Amino acid sequence: MHELSIVAGLFETLLEQARAHNAREVTSVRLKVGLLSGIVPELLVSAFDMYKKGTIAENAALDVETVPLGVRCRTCGAESRKEDFILACPACASADLEIVQGTEIFLERIELEIDELAVF
Amino acid sequence: MPTKEVIVLQDLLGTNKKIAAEIRAELEKRGILAVNLMSSPGAGKTTLLEQIAVRLKTEAAMAVIEGDIETERDAERIRAKGVPAWQITTGGACHLEAKMIGRILPAVDPGLDFLFIENVGNLVCPASYELGEHLRCVLLSTPEGDDKPKKYPKAFTTSDVLVLTKADLLPYLPFDIDKVVREALDLNPKLRVFVTSAVTGQGLDELIAFLRHSLEELRHRHA
Repeated sequence: MHELSIVAGLFETLLEQARAHNAREVTSVRLKVGLLSGIVPELLVSAFDMYKKGTIAENAALDVETVPLGVRCRTCGAESRKEDFILACPACASADLEIVQGTEIFLERIELEIDELAVF
Repeated sequence: MPTKEVIVLQDLLGTNKKIAAEIRAELEKRGILAVNLMSSPGAGKTTLLEQIAVRLKTEAAMAVIEGDIETERDAERIRAKGVPAWQITTGGACHLEAKMIGRILPAVDPGLDFLFIENVGNLVCPASYELGEHLRCVLLSTPEGDDKPKKYPKAFTTSDVLVLTKADLLPYLPFDIDKVVREALDLNPKLRVFVTSAVTGQGLDELIAFLRHSLEELRHRHA
């Protein structure tokens, strides 16, 4: 399981963002996780809760949205959404597919509390 | 206290993907084909590499990067075949990442033909990390059982090659090889399948011929 190493990378980004915006605290984090990302959302939340103690995101809530697999067929051009991992075009059964979504682990947005003194 | 929402839109695996792309480009410039071997522990990755080393010895130059949680054992086995090998010990991490390969790259002989990367034995996590390879190769050994492709789909959907190992044990095991191939191809119709045995040598020449063909294609594309 490598959810913890994903979370370690996430915290680097959170710190950078907090610094860039003079934030006192990160209060909310929203991720998009692809069905074929190899990441289990529940484990990601556990890893996040473990990691956040004593950090700028100590009180942050992590919200994870699962993104289905999206494919584009290079043979017939059909775009399909898939709930399974079978890499054949549902329209024409071609194997020549491009995966257009569903492999990503994306930090979509965060909410910060800004130190009032730092805001002009 | 004022609250601010920030839209970040950052791929958390983006750093790894970027490093992998740099490694891939560098290897292509040198005309080296990189192969990432993934499987559960004990499927026979190191043994397959030993067999490839024996067969390629005089005809092509290869090197191996070994990933394990602990010990130099696998690298020592490869070196015993006269092949340069680097050992990465992850100290607990369940997969290799591109930056670990990047650290070794400057030491890799630019005159190589093949660079094999043996991932940490694990059928789950390595599938999420590109290492700069040109071919992803998943191994499945017959004693592991014929139900694995659908149970561990990501390793099979993201691979180019499936090597079934320990085929010499088929007479002793309830392993339905047609079912495995069918289910693996259901997941990924582009998968190239090789049925092999390190004991009898079955399928190894075919696999090596495919690797050589892939190397020629790579050099042709980047000539």
